[in-house]
This record gives sequence, C-alpha cells and structure tokens, in this order.
Amino acid sequence: MVLHWELIWRSLPLLLAGALMTVQLATIAVGLGIVIGTVAGMARLSQVKPVAILSRCYIDFIRGTPLLVQIFMVYMGLPQLTGVVIPPYYAAIIALSINSGAYVAEIVRAGIQSIDRGQTEAALSLGLSPSQVMRYVILPQAFRRIIPPLGNEFIAMLKDSSLVSAIALEELVRKGQIIITRTFRPFDIWLVVALLYLVMTILISRLVDWSERKLKVKPVEEREEEAARATAWEGGGFGPWLQMASLLRVRRPARERGEETT
Amino acid sequence: MIRVVDLHKKFGRLHVLRGITTEVRQGEVVVIIGPSGSGKSTFLRCLNLLEKPTAGEVYIEGVRVTDPHVNLRAVREEVGMVFQRFNLFPHMTALENIALAPHKVRGLSREEAEARAYELLERVGLRDKAKSYPDELSGGQQQRVAIARALAMQPKVMLFDEPTSALDPEMIKEVLDVMKALAAEGMTMVVVTHEMGFAREVGDRVIFMDEGVIVEEGPPQELFARPQSERTRTFLSKIL
Repeated sequence: MVLHWELIWRSLPLLLAGALMTVQLATIAVGLGIVIGTVAGMARLSQVKPVAILSRCYIDFIRGTPLLVQIFMVYMGLPQLTGVVIPPYYAAIIALSINSGAYVAEIVRAGIQSIDRGQTEAALSLGLSPSQVMRYVILPQAFRRIIPPLGNEFIAMLKDSSLVSAIALEELVRKGQIIITRTFRPFDIWLVVALLYLVMTILISRLVDWSERKLKVKPVEEREEEAARATAWEGGGFGPWLQMASLLRVRRPARERGEETT
Repeated sequence: MIRVVDLHKKFGRLHVLRGITTEVRQGEVVVIIGPSGSGKSTFLRCLNLLEKPTAGEVYIEGVRVTDPHVNLRAVREEVGMVFQRFNLFPHMTALENIALAPHKVRGLSREEAEARAYELLERVGLRDKAKSYPDELSGGQQQRVAIARALAMQPKVMLFDEPTSALDPEMIKEVLDVMKALAAEGMTMVVVTHEMGFAREVGDRVIFMDEGVIVEEGPPQELFARPQSERTRTFLSKIL
C-alpha cells in the first residue's frame, strides 16, 4: 500500500479550506458558548429556584442527547415549526453554540464553586451587592481557573464539529467525503484529514498552555515596566486589551519568582 | 450602639446560639472568649447578617437589622469585619483590595478611593506594599491589609473573628498593635479572640460564652481574677 502523494497534494487546498471552516465553526461556537455558558452557569447557581431549574434542564438536555440529533433538530426540526429555512452554516453555528454553552455552563459552575466561600463573605461584609461580588470578586478568579477546561472544550468542539458534515456543510470531514467520492482513495484522504485535525488540536493545546503561563502575574518591578509600556501603547488601541489581560493575571509561586528577581 | 435581644441560631437541628442578650456601647471594646464550638463566631456573624438569626433581634444604631425588609448592604456598609483567614482578594493588589468597596459601594472616584487606601496603608504600616498581591505578603501583613480594607468603608463598628488565630506567633503582635491603636482612637469593636493579653489590656468588657449562651461578662480584671461561674473558672484555668 503506497500513498498516492500526487492526489494528496492536489487535495490539500480543498482540505485546508475545510479545516479553515472547521476552525471557524469551533471558534464561533465556543465563543458564543462562553457567553451562553456564563449566563447558564450562573443561573444554575441562582437562589431563584425556577431560574436554576430551567438552566439545569437546558444543561441536562444538551449533555444527555447526541449532538447529531441536536444538529438535525435545528436544521430540519426548526424550519418545520417556524416555516423559515435555515442555511446549513447558520444551523451549524446555532446547534454547536447551544451545545457548547451547556458544557461551558458546567465548567463555569465548577469554577465559581471552586472559589473559597470566604471571598464572598468578605465582599458582602464590605457592602457589595451580590452581583458586584460576582462581577468584581468571584468571576475574575473563576475565569482564570477555567482557562484549561475551556481549552479542552475548544478541542472537543473542534472534533465534534465534524458532525455538521451530516447537513452538508463543507467543513473538513465533508470536504474529505467529497474528494473520496471522486477519487475512491479513502485511506489516503482520511489519513490526511486525521492528521489535519491532529495538527490543529496540538496547536490549540500549546496555545492554551502558553496563555496559561502568560496570564500569570509577574514580580512587581516587571509589572511596573509593562504598565509603562502599556500606557505608551494606548494610542495604538491596545490599552483595553492589555487591561483585560492584566485582569486575568495569576500569581506565580514565590519560589519561582525569587529565582528570577535575584 | 449594638443591642442584641434573645438571639437564637440553629443550623438544622444544631442549636448554636441559645438566647444571647447583650449590648455594646459606642466606643466600647468587647472581647468574646470561650471554648471552640461555643457559638462565638456565629454570634459575630449574626451581627452583620452573614448568618441569618433564627430568632431574636439585633439593633445597630437603633435600626432593627433582623427586620426581614432591612437593606442588608446598608447595614454591612456600617459594620466592618475582619476574618480569621484574612480573605483578601487574591487577584487584586493590596491597594485595589482596599479601594474596591469605597469606589464601588460608597461611590468615591477611583482617585479618592486610592488616596484613602494609601492613607490606610500608611496607618497599618504597609504603604510600601500597595502594589503587592496578597500572596506576596506575610500572614500578618495580609491581616493588616484586611483591617485597612474594612476601615476603608469608615464603619461605625468593627467585628474581628479570631484575627490572629491563623498567624505565626511572631506576626500576632503586629496585628494586635494595629487593633490596639484602633481601640485607642475610640473605634467600637467586638473581638472574638484567644489572646487573653489583648483582652486584659484593651478590652472594656469580656464576655465568656459556652454552649450558645453568655455564661458571664464583666470588666477583664474582674472576670479573669474572680470568675463567678464554675465553667468560666475551668476554661480560664486551661488557657491562662
């Protein structure tokens, strides 16, 4: 069995276009999923019982049913109800986002619950309202802790988005299928498809590791230097982003910093 | 200043507070002592409603805070609290920890809030640590920042829940010194502690609690020298 290198070479542009669509789908889905999941995750912990129950139902339904069925429900089920046809691309985005939202909700819930109760008590004792406590004290700490599981969610979504090939959206798997029906070389093409997924997932996990390290707080002197640089950049429009990054920073263990400062 | 009438607290079937009645006057330093599990901390936490009393009344400056319609935030703005485990916000610098509530709750501008935070850091002797994060500080320094954070709201009363119990021995003094200075300035304070030296030196009144009731209370000299109740005597003999 020898690989058909020329075929692989000629298929590559199509497959790469599919991979690009895959990345796009996963990015948008997890992006919207983070928004949905943050709301649903907080709702799940709400003191207002109906809100908590509603959120719980959403999370259980999504996590307890196959993604493929959810995709079909959005793509074929919704138009039957509403009479409005949804193009595959939007159906895919809707289904994947709603799906991702449920998983992110559980990640957010766990992140919030992992924050020590004393933090809430201290903030409340200062007179902050429950929503201020959430916004200024709990969520900034929780979001740092959930970066690694969010990375895992992104990788999972990248792979699971292959299911939208079932509604003929031309992402990576669908492109592979199309090429195979024309060339009858399933092994070569599926191998390349698999490798492309592998490359993407490895890159993403590296990116997550890097951002985790990047978000850790540096020693005081280094921070001041950076702050000086950041203000110098503000005209370039980077100010808000740098501020957001500094919001997410975590401290490095004292020992590690000790070595660097000496 | 604070008036507590027949306060009860149950956690499920556990009856932690069994009828506490006492008063704290303006400028008074009340020290609460007693064995662990006696309800000292629960009592303190009922004063700023971190725990909801099961029965009984708490009045702070004439306001019945046990009223179900009371504005919890308004009550807590006037009652500062310092915790055993500091509970500083780890993602904020010392300065940000202190400036947060004055800025977000009292509505001071960021500059005003930070100016106040610097003043308070100066007062607890940590001005040079303004830009440090909590885990860059020692336990004693963290607790001093926590005291400054509570003071930043300019509360009328300060509650201390075993503020030195989580500290290494050599750091206890720096925290007690800050508290002594505060008492000398006339702050009304309710302090749960095992530091009998502090109780004797700074306390106007000592309350001995056991099994959810006030067993005995009085000026520290009297209570330590001539405890009336057998339970107080037993407790004091173990710790003095």
